Formats: sequence, C-alpha cells, structure tokens
Amino acid sequence: MFSAILTLGVMGLLAALALGFAARKFAVEVDPRELALLEVMPGANCGACGFPGCGGFAKALLEGKAMVTDCSPGGADTVERIAHILGVEAIAAEPEVAVVLCQGDNLRARDKYIYQGLEDCVAAQSLAQGPKACPGGCLGLGTCARICPFDAIEMTAEGLAVISREKCTGCRKCVSACPRKVIAMTPLRTTVHVLCNSHDKGALVRKYCELGCIACHLCVKASPGAYKVENSLAQVDYDSHCDATGGIGKCPTKCIRDFILGYPEGSSFSPPVVPVQAEENP
Amino acid sequence: MGHHSFSGGVHPPDSKAQTASKAIENCPLPEELVLPLMMHIGAPASAVVAVGDRVLHGDLIAAPRGFVSAGIHASTSGEVIALEPRPHVSGSRLLSIVIRPDGEDRWAQGPGEADPNELSTDQLRDRIRDAGIVGLGGATFPTQVKLSPPEGKKIDTLLINGVECEPFLTADHRLMLEQGERILDGMEILRCLLAVDQVILGIEENKPDAIVAMRQICKGTSIEVCPLPVRYPQGAEKQLIFAACGREVPSGGLPMDVGVVVQNVATAASISDAVRYGRALTERICTVSGPAVAQPKNLRIRIGTPLTHLVEVCGGLKEEAAKILLGGPMMGMAQMNLAASATKGTSGLLVFGSSSLPKMLQGPCIRCGRCVSACPVRISPTTIAAYARLDMIDEAQQCHAMDCIECGCCTYTCPAALPLVQSVRHAKGAIVARRRKV
Ligand code: SF4
Ligand code: SF4
Ligand code: SF4
Repeated sequence: MFSAILTLGVMGLLAALALGFAARKFAVEVDPRELALLEVMPGANCGACGFPGCGGFAKALLEGKAMVTDCSPGGADTVERIAHILGVEAIAAEPEVAVVLCQGDNLRARDKYIYQGLEDCVAAQSLAQGPKACPGGCLGLGTCARICPFDAIEMTAEGLAVISREKCTGCRKCVSACPRKVIAMTPLRTTVHVLCNSHDKGALVRKYCELGCIACHLCVKASPGAYKVENSLAQVDYDSHCDATGGIGKCPTKCIRDFILGYPEGSSFSPPVVPVQAEENP
Repeated sequence: MGHHSFSGGVHPPDSKAQTASKAIENCPLPEELVLPLMMHIGAPASAVVAVGDRVLHGDLIAAPRGFVSAGIHASTSGEVIALEPRPHVSGSRLLSIVIRPDGEDRWAQGPGEADPNELSTDQLRDRIRDAGIVGLGGATFPTQVKLSPPEGKKIDTLLINGVECEPFLTADHRLMLEQGERILDGMEILRCLLAVDQVILGIEENKPDAIVAMRQICKGTSIEVCPLPVRYPQGAEKQLIFAACGREVPSGGLPMDVGVVVQNVATAASISDAVRYGRALTERICTVSGPAVAQPKNLRIRIGTPLTHLVEVCGGLKEEAAKILLGGPMMGMAQMNLAASATKGTSGLLVFGSSSLPKMLQGPCIRCGRCVSACPVRISPTTIAAYARLDMIDEAQQCHAMDCIECGCCTYTCPAALPLVQSVRHAKGAIVARRRKV
C-alpha cells in the first residue's frame, strides 16, 4: 500500500519535472501584444476584416498585413484601442450602416414569373435573373439575413429584407452576399435614404413597382445639393452633408424614407433613437 | 454487346403518343428570325454582319470566338434588320441578329458538295466546324471539339444516341423513321473521321418501329443497332455508355477517357448535310407538344424561329399557359413567356395549362431515401441539398456534388416536393465559383 503511494508519487513528481522542463525549453514566443489585441476585439469572429476570425486579424495586424481600421464591427472604440496597443495613429473611419435600398415587397412590386424552389436569393437569381420584375429589387428570400453574423437583418412577412440600424456593425457581409446588389453601405449619421435600386426609366418602373423611383427630380429641387440623380435613379448624396428631409414629402412615389420616422412597412424594428449630432464638420 | 443496366433512374409516363405517329412537317417561315449569338456551350459567336446587309441562306452571320465556340449561319435569305438584345431562352436579353426573310430562301454558295471518302480527317472536321454544328440533343456542345480527342486518347467506339428518353419528345424518333439515310451517312462519316471499328446506335425499346427501320437501313454495314430498356435517363451520356458498352466513365471524367465518343442522331444527320452538301446547320426538328397545345406536331424549324410562331403553327393554345418548357419535362428549361426564339438546342417546346400541372406542397425531407435510389450517379441528393441550403460548400463537394448530371430524377421522385436538383446545382455553382477564385 505504502509502496504503491510512494511509486505513484515519485512517478508524478518526475512527470511534473519533465513537463516543467519541456514548457520552458519548447515555449512558443507569443507576442504579448497579440493577447492584448484579442482582449479588445469584439470576439465575434465574423470575418468582416477579411481574416479568419479575430485571432487571424490580430496576427495580420502584427505582421503589418491589416489596417487598424479594418474591424468595422468593433467601431471607433476598438479601432482606437487597437491603435493604442500598436502605438500608431488611428484615423477612425466614419461609422457606417448597411441599408437595403428597396421597399418593393410582394404587395408592392410585381414578379415576372412564379418562383418555386430553393429559398435562396442566389439560387433564384440564377433563374432568368430572379422572379422580381425589377432588376434591382430585393428578392426577399433572405440570403443576407442568414449570413449576417450579428442577426441584424429581418425578413418581413411580405418578403423584404430590413436591416436594423442598431444591430448592424457595418461588416459588409450582406453586401457581398446579395446577388442583386441592393444593399448599400451608408454613413450612420444619415437616416434619410432613397429606397430604390432600379435604373430603369420611370415609365417602366411604374409598371412593376408602386414605390419605385421614377427620376422626376422633385427631391433634387426640394433639397438642393442633398440628392443626385444618375442613370434614372435618385440617391441621397451622402458626401454633401446637406439636409435631405425636404425631399421626403415631395416624392410622388414615396420611395424616400427617413428611418427616424420608422422602418419600411412590415418591419418589427422600432424607429431608431438617434443621438442628435450637431452638424460639426459641414 | 450491351444491355448493362445503370443503377437508379425513374419511369415517368412517356406521353409521346400525341406526336409519335405524326410525320415531320415543314414549319412555314416566320416574319422574322431572331438568332442569338449565344446558343451553344462556350464563347458566344461575334457578329460579322451589319444592319441592312442582305444575306443568303447558309451565310455565316456570326463567327466562332475561339476553339470551344460555334459559328451561326443565316437560316434563310433576307435582310438583317436589327442587331440588338432580344429575349433569350435563358431569360435575359442577349445580343441577337434579326433577319427579315425575303421569302425566296436562296442558298448561299457555301463550300460546295464533296465526297466524304476523298476528304482528310482535318478537312472533315473543318467542314463540320464551318457548318456551326453543335450537339443537337440539347447540350449544344460544339461538335468539332468532341471530335478532336487530345493526343494519346485512343477512341475505339462511336456511340450514336437515338434514345430520346425525355417524355413528350419525338423529334429524334421521327428523324430515324423518316430520314434514316442521313443518319447512316453521318455515322459513316464519323466512323472514318474517328477511325473506329465499333459503331453502336442506341435506341430505347419504346420505339420498336425506329429500331426496325434503322436495322433495315444499317443492313450490310457493321453498325450495331442496340435496343435499350426504357428507363430515364437512358440517354444521358455516361448512363448510355454504360448500358451500351459496359464501360463506366470515372467521376469527373469524360467519355473519351473510356475510348468512346457519343453523338446524337440529329447531329449525325446534320454532319451528313455539312460534309456531303456543304450545308450549314440552319434547321432542326423540334417537337411542339404538351396538354395546352391545340395540335401537337413535329416541326422542321429554322433556327431563330420565335416560339410564338411555333405555337401558332400548331393551332395555338387550348388553355392559358401555366408552364412553358424548352426541351423535355425532366431537364428542359422553363420559360416565363414565349418571347424567346428557338436555338440550335431547342429539341422541344412544351406548354402546360394549370390543370395538368401536379399540385404538390413542399415539405421537410422525410428521409425516405427515394432520391438516393433514383440517382443514376449514385450520390445522395438530399444530403447535398441540405449542405447547399446551409452554404456548407466543402461538405457538398465531399459528397460528390460535381458528379450530378442534373437529370432531375431526385426531384421527380421526392414525395416532399423538395427542389433537389436546384439545390445540388446551387452547390455546384458555389463550388465552381470558389475554384475560380482560388
Ligand atoms: S437584400 Fe439581397 S440577399 Fe437580402 S433578401 Fe434581398 S435580394 Fe436577398
Ligand atoms: S442528384 Fe443530380 S444526378 Fe442525382 S438524381 Fe438528382 S439531378 Fe440526377
Ligand atoms: S426523396 Fe425527398 S423526402 Fe425522400 S429522402 Fe430524398 S429528399 Fe428526403
């Protein structure tokens, strides 16, 4: 009995010594900064930075292969902290949010054929460019919602993707997943958007969508500088920093929306409470 | 030789009775012919005519771009009235050449007549290429590419596909009954070109008259007419090779890897026209059928004939179209309307009213395994479909998604009405896209 305890004890002791020695001898150098970086990263492993997870991003940063500002989900805070650890100056990118530039759900936009098949926008798009008559409209089959790592996209009952301004971190995954290129990155400070993505002529747009932009230029006249019309489609000129609210009421097809006043019809998201930012740098 | 049985497959009702006994009719010229530059696998052709040009039947109007491509020829004489995007069978609008026929249908000079026995293999191949011939079974793969096996690949068997296993279609059937000599001539030319001893013509047993007719015509030659059991997809290349020759094309391989070249009967017939008479491919046989068509017919149509014209020639529609298919019901391409025009691959035009469409509700997979036993390439469609839905592309690839021949047996047999082929295809698309990126 006693000898058994002794033998095991000695064996344990020897093994511990060997392990201790090995740990010292074969220790892998870990840059302490890597650990520090991991601390400040969001830990979502979403891949928005283009590297495999937060760990991959940390390594890439230390090897100089990534930009400090590449982690969009982390926001300005994270960028600042990362910059601090690396001892560099950070020019924080302007925070962005993804917006689905379309309100044409099944009630408001016509389909050109009846689609029966895989619930996936990419699959539907490969069949005659998708069932929606509008070439740019949301197909509503939720590919973006499934891919969003932050659960920020909801599909309305009538088949429209809506992105929460609060939950979206600006990681751009949905932008590259959407086969119709209807999701745009917009500056977070703007809540007014032209929700249409059709470059067709007005007369044609009216045939397939109740809420489509017909490029009548009324918004441009109402809020000079805030809108631009290119290729038969109006857009808020986000770089102009002009107030775009004047155009909203003037739009005959109601395709301009201020998200402060509410999300597109059918969405369960409640209107965002926006910290009223003073117009600092016009 | 022959009578091996591939695994899997299904027995859809063949629905051929409507047109099987109807002789091929010449379809009258439409008011305009719309010839898209993209109607074959490979690079689209590039137009060599301009608006206002007068063309003769058989004139080259679009030249092939590269090796895997095919030229396009005017399918009658007349004037080029437009070169613009027009509705295409793929559902997009693609650049097309529009010809207004002058009604005279005058043939161009062309390369002239020739005796195939006096031409070298290269000359034979050139005549086939210059005639713009592609696989007329529906795959539209440029024929001269298939006839140019790379150095070191020994071809010993020519397999001619007269199976026509798709329901409704009877174009090849009628061709064998009425124009067997053209097919025989094409087969002989191909035999010389490929320098093979063994030539097999596979025909499904549901066409006994065609088997008798072709046996009669092939008497005295060494061509073997091989009746094959009725089972879809008997006419799929790899399944046909296995059934007729007992050779299995390896996963990811091509028929030439097992020494076989497969050509469709209609392709063989147009090879005869091209080589012997110097005539370009400007027409084909097309079955216009389906429950909604008033008078189903087998038509000899000009390439580029608008689908609306085909329907009119067949007496119009009895009821409103709820589903329009180009090709057969198993692998055909659905159309949203009749705006497109027939291409080289249009073996059939089928129109169904809503009353004749199956009403099935999609549900969850009940793990019955029917799709697995129906799949002729022995993969598991339901597993791959699940991976495709979850975007698990690696896993789908490991399950051999790329082996799928898109025959549709799985979807046909699924009691839960799941879009299985579409899902497998989706996975294939993602795999190919990723390969391109890497
Ligand atoms: S935004 Fe794009 S990906 Fe999302 S549901 Fe609409 S079409 Fe599909
Ligand atoms: S998985 Fe592909 S090859 Fe197999 S049955 Fe389905 S469509 Fe045919
Ligand atoms: S046939 Fe349909 S229900 Fe049956 S196992 Fe396959 S996918 Fe599932």
